[in-house]
Amino acid sequence: MLKIRNLESGYGKLRVLKHISMHIKHGEIVAIIGANGAGKTTLLSTIAGLIKAQSGEIVFADRDLGTVTPHQLPHLGCVMVPEGRQVFAPLTVEENLILGGRCRARDGAAATASRLEHQYELFPVLRQRRHQYAGTLSGGEQQMLAMGRALMAQPSLIMLDEPSTGLAPLIVQEIFKVIAAMRDEGKTVLLVEQNAKAALTIADRGYVLETGKVILQGAATDLLANRDVQRAYLGREKIE
Amino acid sequence: MNSNERQWSYWEPEQETIDRADLEQLQLERLQATLYRVGTHVPFYRNKFFNIKFNYESLRDLSDLSRLPFTTKQDLRDNYPYGLFAVPLRDVVRIHSSSGTTGMATVVGYTGNDINTWTNLVARVLTAAGVGKDDVIQIAFGYGLFTGGFGLHYGAERLGASVIPISAGNTRRQIQIMQDFKSSALVCTPSYALKMADVMMDMGVNPNGLSLKYGLFGAEPWSERMRLEINERLGIVATDNYGLSEVMGPGVAGECLECNGLHINEDHFLVEIVDPVSLKPVAPGEIGELVITTLTKEAFPMIRYRTRDLSRLLTEPCPCGRTFHRIERITGRTDDMLIIKGVNVFPTQIETILFDIEGTQPHYNLIVEREHHEDKVTVLVEVVESIFFDQMKKQRTIIDIIKKRLASELGVSVDVKLVEERSLERFNGKGSRVIDKRAL
Repeated sequence: MLKIRNLESGYGKLRVLKHISMHIKHGEIVAIIGANGAGKTTLLSTIAGLIKAQSGEIVFADRDLGTVTPHQLPHLGCVMVPEGRQVFAPLTVEENLILGGRCRARDGAAATASRLEHQYELFPVLRQRRHQYAGTLSGGEQQMLAMGRALMAQPSLIMLDEPSTGLAPLIVQEIFKVIAAMRDEGKTVLLVEQNAKAALTIADRGYVLETGKVILQGAATDLLANRDVQRAYLGREKIE
Repeated sequence: MNSNERQWSYWEPEQETIDRADLEQLQLERLQATLYRVGTHVPFYRNKFFNIKFNYESLRDLSDLSRLPFTTKQDLRDNYPYGLFAVPLRDVVRIHSSSGTTGMATVVGYTGNDINTWTNLVARVLTAAGVGKDDVIQIAFGYGLFTGGFGLHYGAERLGASVIPISAGNTRRQIQIMQDFKSSALVCTPSYALKMADVMMDMGVNPNGLSLKYGLFGAEPWSERMRLEINERLGIVATDNYGLSEVMGPGVAGECLECNGLHINEDHFLVEIVDPVSLKPVAPGEIGELVITTLTKEAFPMIRYRTRDLSRLLTEPCPCGRTFHRIERITGRTDDMLIIKGVNVFPTQIETILFDIEGTQPHYNLIVEREHHEDKVTVLVEVVESIFFDQMKKQRTIIDIIKKRLASELGVSVDVKLVEERSLERFNGKGSRVIDKRAL
């Protein structure tokens, strides 16, 4: 559903992504792993249209994203959960969620209400906090809110940027469970993560980014078994 | 069998019937990653790319591959033993060596993932050839450094079949075990299958009384006629499969039960057909040298490896539903190419013609000599007993027919001698039927 060919992107004269090619099939979780500065966030931002690609093509659901502005993207069925949550702190949980469903407002109030209900089922803690200001939530709760807010747009593709950042291991587990559940609901997930082990454990396939290049790609199980990946990205996990 | 009624089975249906556009995307992704890895990890490739000023980060399209230099058997020898490995030796879990059909051996390595991929690809080839988990597979390829035995072995185990790792040789014992263990599939070289048929006759074993249903043959070129003879004499469906240790081993390509060309596992290998002399791509459908680039190998990636095997690409869709393109059976090796009176002649061309003629056997030798500064080719071919002991007239007719056909199709005149049935040497492994006596 998403096809990227020879994508080059960066900031000003700086070329961060060098000829990236990748694809995501419907109903897959694809993990992008790599160290700091490998170009993971640049990749997501370029897909989302926040950064303009220098060359190459991005095709989503048979449309060239080069001509699509960021705010049109949710209407096409692609939403992004940005790094660091970026919830609207002065708004309540419920207001945040409803804002996420803005692009589907035409479906009517009843549809919005049922989607809201669905998010509360997926994230029971959000129901408890529905009238609380988003800024008062814990990190894990904010991450769930950010994901719930994205799901309100009824996306077919959801892009997650570092959902585990700054969260306690137990909370990370819970977040990843929800991500796996999203796939089971038929969503397609593009997951950018530094926590390579957690990401590859739930992913179907993965791409390993190093200095703006895809150095390895393949089935997630193969990447977990790859010795280069183990040394570079999984080593720290073993010591912990 | 009618192909419409046949139930096609696949080992990895999603991959084997992949949409061609999706396949090309996957190939591009994998090629880019492979080039990047060999460009950074293998000094040989890094220097090669540097010398032609090719930036391995800049490949944008599969067709750009033709800008890259070839890798040859000599390159493997020059970097003997570990020079072309793309991972440190501690990541390598298996080492094989090429069969050394021509000269010094070469070394190849596999990571755990490589072995896993290899096993799956062999399981695909076995499934395509009709073999399944209920089969008893007799593997009469040599086990050891040669990739044939172990490659097929693990693939067959992955399928869940019962594997008899009998290895090559001791034909009588092979047949005894085939009878007693009720082998339903035989894996070996096609010439060895024919030798088994001969020995069965000597032993008074009726092949129709065996459980044998399928034969998977590879590791040497063979002809359609030879397939028919194997099918008939052993009462099986013989399929061809292809691989070479330099790019992996068996599992690179294999025939489905249509028996009309070998499906290349294109999600793991990129195949090109080039003219062995000019090294330019041949016109679509033309015969040329097979050039293979690996897309997923970790320990031993190969960029544009010249296999020296001759084939042509078949791009028409196959009734079996696999979307992978096919190669025609290997029709010979570029090193077997004989230049006779300035004409390029492949022994397999002669083979095909011989086997088209009523009364001949699929066993022959080619003797090339130089007489009075001129090349002279003599074909020794076995004929059925009835002809051999018949009047001279019938023999003369056959010789004339063979001579005429060879002369018209090869453009070279040759001598033909008929020999008695089973008087020429039979081969256990790879056969060599050309005797070149020219001192060049």
